[in-house]
Amino acid sequence: MLKDYLGIGIFLAVGLVMPLIILAVSALLQKISIRYAKTEGPAKYETYECGIETKGDTWVQFKTSYFLYALVFVVFDVEAIFLFPWAVTFQELGTPAFIKMFIFITILVVGFWHAWKEGALEWK
Amino acid sequence: MNTNQDILLTIAATLRSFLDPLLGNPDVVDVTMYGVALAAILGIIFGNAVILVWAERKVAGYMQSRPGPNRVGPIGLLQTVADTIKLITKEDIRPKGVDRWVWFLAPVVLFVPTLAAYAVFPFSEGLIAVDLNIGLFYFLAVASTVTIPFLMAGWSSNNKYSLIGGMRSVAQMVSYEIPLVFSLIGVVMLVGSLKMSSIVEAQSGIWFIFLQPVAFLIYVIAATAETNRTPFDLVEGESEIVAGPMTEYSGMKWSLFFLAEYANLFAVSAIATTVFLGGWQPPPMPAVMRDAVAFIPGWIWFAAKTYFMIFLFMWFRWTFPRFRVDQLMSFGWKVLLPLALANILVTGVGIYAYRIAIGG
Repeated sequence: MLKDYLGIGIFLAVGLVMPLIILAVSALLQKISIRYAKTEGPAKYETYECGIETKGDTWVQFKTSYFLYALVFVVFDVEAIFLFPWAVTFQELGTPAFIKMFIFITILVVGFWHAWKEGALEWK
Repeated sequence: MNTNQDILLTIAATLRSFLDPLLGNPDVVDVTMYGVALAAILGIIFGNAVILVWAERKVAGYMQSRPGPNRVGPIGLLQTVADTIKLITKEDIRPKGVDRWVWFLAPVVLFVPTLAAYAVFPFSEGLIAVDLNIGLFYFLAVASTVTIPFLMAGWSSNNKYSLIGGMRSVAQMVSYEIPLVFSLIGVVMLVGSLKMSSIVEAQSGIWFIFLQPVAFLIYVIAATAETNRTPFDLVEGESEIVAGPMTEYSGMKWSLFFLAEYANLFAVSAIATTVFLGGWQPPPMPAVMRDAVAFIPGWIWFAAKTYFMIFLFMWFRWTFPRFRVDQLMSFGWKVLLPLALANILVTGVGIYAYRIAIGG
């Protein structure tokens, strides 16, 4: 059981190290290849916005529509966490569990309907 | 249990019997075998990326009545290898004004959930790196973190198109994750387990695509959105925002994004195979034919189904035009989510109706 998660840990660690190795190898090979084809120019390190020079600040306050979706998402994501253990034991728990989950989802659906009605799901 | 041993399992058993006297402790042998599985999976990811890039271009070519890559190697097979060599030796430019560390870490961090998700894929009976008892849940948890590197890349690039792309990717992935997760709950209710091997074994009678057709449809649509593929490729819509979060990346960092994209495409297809298409089991057929194809190992069936799903995703790309942002959001929240919730309810009622019908 705990050994399983050690296996997962190995996967995560290698997942972090592997791209670093790839980038290091690439950096070494670049040293060779760039010797033959290194270019320089005034526009080389400019931000690429289809050829037009970039204007103003990029890091600005952003549309709130994204934030509204994120709020609704959090509610349903937590619900999903509750639903999984229920779904696993569904066949053993019997009718009361089914009715309770039905009530639970109904409350959420009412909230969802309210968010819908209030226009939280409209893209403005 | 299959009567004739499959070759990969034989290799694993041989390796085990070789390592046993060498390392002594069985726990150490198990951990070493995780390392072996990891190496095999890395091979699958890299090999797959090479094949899938070629396949994508070939499929695109034939769908547009042109041959696609056909110069380098037989039927263009070595085209991607040549591209890889080009990309790995290409100069890695860091544009000015980027947020240095976040910008560097985004492609690196993206690879972690991509690789970690592969740990629970049941390639065949007994051929699974880590058969977690919460396998499916683990996959969903790990796969959902793919959002973060895309936001990191979009934010740190100091490019307005990248920022829009990064924001869109969060909004889109977050919105379609809910229907994706809910579509799988119906299957979990039928199986009563989150373990990948149990989910596949539960489909020995009938595949879940026949019991949960609506869930399968929702899953395929949501998975297309999760992998940012057309018609949901607003994140990197090249005619709108250049390449979204990837705009300012070049060389090997850009390739890491691409590698992760194809690895994720394989991942969602593999999950579709596992959950809905019977995993490593052969298709339903008469007993006589079943004996005739018994020599085919499970991972061949698994690979065949997974590649069929990948082909389906590639087919979508050349069939449907891109969504608009508002259409995308309202489709996810106002159509897919209520449909997924209804599917859970219908599944629950269906299980009761079935029990009453068989008199249980």
